[in-house]
Amino acid sequence: MLVLGCGALANELRAIVGSGGLEHIDVECLPAKLHNRPALIAPEVRARLNRLAQQGRTYERVLLGYGDCGSAGAIDDLCAEFERAHAAGDGPSMTRVPGAHCYEFFATAPLFAEMSEAEPATFYLTDYLARHFDLLVWQGLGIADHPELAELYFGNYRRVVLLTQTPDGAQRARIEACARAGADRLGLPLEIVETGYGELETTLTSVAAPRRNTATPDVTAPRRSTVPSELAASRRSDEHQVPA
Amino acid sequence: MADAATVDSADADEEIDLSALDDDDLIAQMHDDLYDGLGPEIVEGTELLLGRGWGADKVLNEALVEAMRIVGIDFRDGILFVPEVLLAANAMKAGMEVLRPLLAETGAEPIGKIVIGTVKGDIHDIGKNLVGMMLEGAGFEVVDLGINTDVDEFLGALAEHRPDILGMSALLTTTMPYMKVVVDTLIEQGLRDDYLVIVGGAPLNQEFGEAVGADAYCRDAAVAAETATDLIKARRAAAA
Ligand code: B12
Repeated sequence: MLVLGCGALANELRAIVGSGGLEHIDVECLPAKLHNRPALIAPEVRARLNRLAQQGRTYERVLLGYGDCGSAGAIDDLCAEFERAHAAGDGPSMTRVPGAHCYEFFATAPLFAEMSEAEPATFYLTDYLARHFDLLVWQGLGIADHPELAELYFGNYRRVVLLTQTPDGAQRARIEACARAGADRLGLPLEIVETGYGELETTLTSVAAPRRNTATPDVTAPRRSTVPSELAASRRSDEHQVPA
Repeated sequence: MADAATVDSADADEEIDLSALDDDDLIAQMHDDLYDGLGPEIVEGTELLLGRGWGADKVLNEALVEAMRIVGIDFRDGILFVPEVLLAANAMKAGMEVLRPLLAETGAEPIGKIVIGTVKGDIHDIGKNLVGMMLEGAGFEVVDLGINTDVDEFLGALAEHRPDILGMSALLTTTMPYMKVVVDTLIEQGLRDDYLVIVGGAPLNQEFGEAVGADAYCRDAAVAAETATDLIKARRAAAA
């Protein structure tokens, strides 16, 4: 089995695969910067799979470490195409992580909906985005060269929420410091929510599980929901209260 | 500091005396300046053309709107990315600010009125703002409701401003379906036929526009200006 994912998830995918009997799964990543050109994701996935096949690396199952990611359904269409071919005996079966984007699948859909409802004007960070805030946000959006753009991008935002994949500890403290530096640059309060790997892990584990009738998890099934008490326990409202 | 022998092209550009250019060269230079997001140069060029007797609408169309159209094409083709588009839009905005009072003075009837907003839950507004500006450039009166607009705000604005067109923007897969909530509410209240509805945003497509019951999906701001104009003309012709 192959997991082909966004470069922004490389550490997380390797960590999940590196633990608990999933070591036989291959992990490949595409550049994280495709995030900004979501129309290119599906074609790049196809190209990478072709290249791997040419190297003799063919798989029975492929999990895409992507959400919809603003591809306007193109990633889903690609999965559907592979599924049809697979059903006809040609090529791997293919599915993706359920959810609109990584913020949603790390948090899980119910918690993400709850946070977005509570404050739509939230800018989310993952561990990856927090660590690379300067490169991806400050430089990537051109704010480094044109500070006047910061207001145009972020003027309507009210808070930053770090959805962290890392449990308490030294590593977590470093990530929090990056997130705080980023939020400070935006002049926004920071909140921290520990999500773990969320649906990335549950999906990967279920796709990797020995085949029952189908290799594809039922994405319409109710998702593991994070109960509000868990949320309360893991959310640390730093410095500022959540704007209601 | 660069000495005279090593002046790079950016420095050389700064030397250009806009007032020394004839009209055609000035327009071409303004296209370059808007492309490069140079607001002060756009303001200067705009004032020069006005001083030479150009009408505000002619400056708007030939200098600003045309330049922004080129920016739109290069964005679509992946030559420009969001920061450049945002800088260009800002330069255009600076020019528009000079022209807006003059356009109002001419007393020319707007071609139509549009109420536009980004739907509930969505805070993306760069594309929506650009659409608003290009529609204004095409002669529309634009009422911008901003971001995170819920159905009550849309309906309230429709009742207050009685526009010809309602425009909705969404950039998130999770917020696009809200467009249907708004259209369905219009239908429920028997108001759907009172307005033309146009929708847009990067993750949308033609099929989605049809599914939510919009009159048109527009892939970019230039198309939005054309489509809005065509829709209004068709509706007026049908009513005549
Ligand atoms: C810039 C950007 C941001 C900026 C927005 C700044 C601002 N003031 O708007 C910032 C960094 C703040 C941001 C935040 C977020 N973003 Co964002 N963002 C983008 C990005 C890179 C470009 C969007 C843009 O401005 N394009 C430039 C304009 C000119 O183009 P446009 O918006 O498409 O508009 C044109 C047309 O679509 C059309 N159009 C647009 N609106 C309308 C309306 C009408 C009526 C008509 C006719 C036409 C029309 O005309 C426009 C002009 O030509 C996209 C990726 C992409 N390439 O689309 C991601 C993207 C949209 N964002 C995304 C995400 C996930 C988010 C966040 C949740 C991320 C986070 N870390 O929190 C938050 C959203 C919070 C919220 N509740 O809204 C995802 C969405 C994924 C999905 N499945 O939905 C994308 C696709 C990136 C990705 N691949 O993951 N984002």
